[in-house]
Amino acid sequence: MAIDAATVSKVARLARIAEPPERLEPLARELSGILAWIEQLSEVDTDGVEPMTSAVAVAAPMREDVVTEGGDVTKILANAPKTKDGFFVVPKVVE
Amino acid sequence: MSQLTSLTLKAALAGLADKSFSSEELTQAHVDAVAAAKPLNAFVLETPEKALDMARAADARRARGEAGALEGAPLGIKDLFCTEGVRSTACSNILGNFVPTYESTVTANLWRDGAVMLGKLNMDEFAMGSSNESSAFGPVVNPWRAEGQNAKLTPGGSSGGSATAVAADLCLGATATDTGGSIRQPAAFTGTVGIKPTYGRCSRWGVVAFASSLDQAGPIAKTVEDAAILLKSMSGHDAKDSTSLDIEVPDFPSFVGKSVKGLRIGIPKEYRVDGMPAEIDELWEKGIAWLKDAGCEIVEVSLPHTKYALPAYYIVAPAEASSNLARYDGMRYGLRVEGANLTETYVNTRAAGFGTEVKRRILIGTYVLSAGYYDAYYVKALKVRRRIADDFDQAFQKVDALLTPTAPSAAFGLGENADDPVAMYLNDIFTVTVNLAGLPGMSIPAGVDHKGLPLGLQLIGKALDEGTLFSLGGALEKAADFRAKPARWW
Repeated sequence: MAIDAATVSKVARLARIAEPPERLEPLARELSGILAWIEQLSEVDTDGVEPMTSAVAVAAPMREDVVTEGGDVTKILANAPKTKDGFFVVPKVVE
Repeated sequence: MSQLTSLTLKAALAGLADKSFSSEELTQAHVDAVAAAKPLNAFVLETPEKALDMARAADARRARGEAGALEGAPLGIKDLFCTEGVRSTACSNILGNFVPTYESTVTANLWRDGAVMLGKLNMDEFAMGSSNESSAFGPVVNPWRAEGQNAKLTPGGSSGGSATAVAADLCLGATATDTGGSIRQPAAFTGTVGIKPTYGRCSRWGVVAFASSLDQAGPIAKTVEDAAILLKSMSGHDAKDSTSLDIEVPDFPSFVGKSVKGLRIGIPKEYRVDGMPAEIDELWEKGIAWLKDAGCEIVEVSLPHTKYALPAYYIVAPAEASSNLARYDGMRYGLRVEGANLTETYVNTRAAGFGTEVKRRILIGTYVLSAGYYDAYYVKALKVRRRIADDFDQAFQKVDALLTPTAPSAAFGLGENADDPVAMYLNDIFTVTVNLAGLPGMSIPAGVDHKGLPLGLQLIGKALDEGTLFSLGGALEKAADFRAKPARWW
């Protein structure tokens, strides 16, 4: 299925990536090429096949419901672009 | 000094054990080799002082009789592994100067056993690539050159720094990761040994995530036995990774040198693809003959869905990547490029921080997961993935392991496939099936092409049967007797 520039723009918005207008057409061509190659999957009969979501068939393990880590404010903030008084500083979320 | 860097890991550990040299001497030799190898661009961060500190500590532990399995052995660490207090970037600008406050489980296991860190190794950005050209630090250069030429070749990817560092004797071994072939293809391109173990063997905790259901860590090494020694140390259950397997780690090195007589080796006919160089086909035939001579029985098998593995992978991996990489929002760590509001800050940060190939994959992933396309693309790919895994299950009812080429070509020139994403993706045609099925796969250097460039053969094993791969790998290594080394030009 061919992707047009408007679809690229929509997907880029969903992915929170700013693509400049002049990149939309080239990206549409690249992505259409990749998806056209992927189309061959439609040849495979997958009726009644269970989707494979994990590489190994093991149940998710349970652990004791106890606190394992915490109290590491300094460590957690160590790489933050902006902090104040032990908090992350982020742009205003609610007007 | 060059004598110390040309040792295998096994020989170096023996030399340390019988006091022929100290870890400090061994490490200094490697620090010097790394410093002299800038043109290869294999390291994105050198940590010589840390290395020498670790080496002296290792010497002290050995003197006290407390030597671990890797005591004093200098290694290189792929920049995808978080290392406490040492910058870890996944070779992406979006992680910028990220300095982890924690250690990945795999590297922690290596330090537990006494290994020494020389520095962080270059790779494709977020491990997305087959040529190392997507790295924010620029491509790694393969130490191998075509005979009589000095054109720069790719070491493959994404673990190109790991493969180059091992091939050029800059370290005794290196950590690497493999989501679609990122250990095995660079190993094949550089004349080194690389193994991707069974999914769940190595903990993913502290390894920057690309596609979580496919990512596995493993070593790149100079020999099959060295790879076995490293993998034993890297493996093991970790409660911090819910997909880590809670089973005992076998003594992998003990499998190297074991007889392979009577093992049944499958040759999947679907791996004979159009346009593959005749030399690779010939090498494959040689590999078959070597294993026959070693007493194996050769059986033709069919993996009918092989050709669908790459297209399925290019839905599953980008889908998981688009989800995993949503965490890079400029709020808690890494790059932040301010905008007029929150959304604009996200959008600006991610546009500036991610490279072209990473953006391309995030867009594909977002598209195939978006409303209206989820079933047609993503669920379809997961069903095809099951078909591919079922093919292996059926083949492994008849055989103990499979033998294939590792990659459809030898190392190619930097820039050669840069304009065509699909052509680049085809590098992983023989390796990606193994990731989808969660199986172990190993590449062994088996010969050189007419230009004198290394070629690899791949062994694929049953889940959790790395042991058989080490035995077969040892047999192939012995028969191939691959001793060529790149001539030093850097």
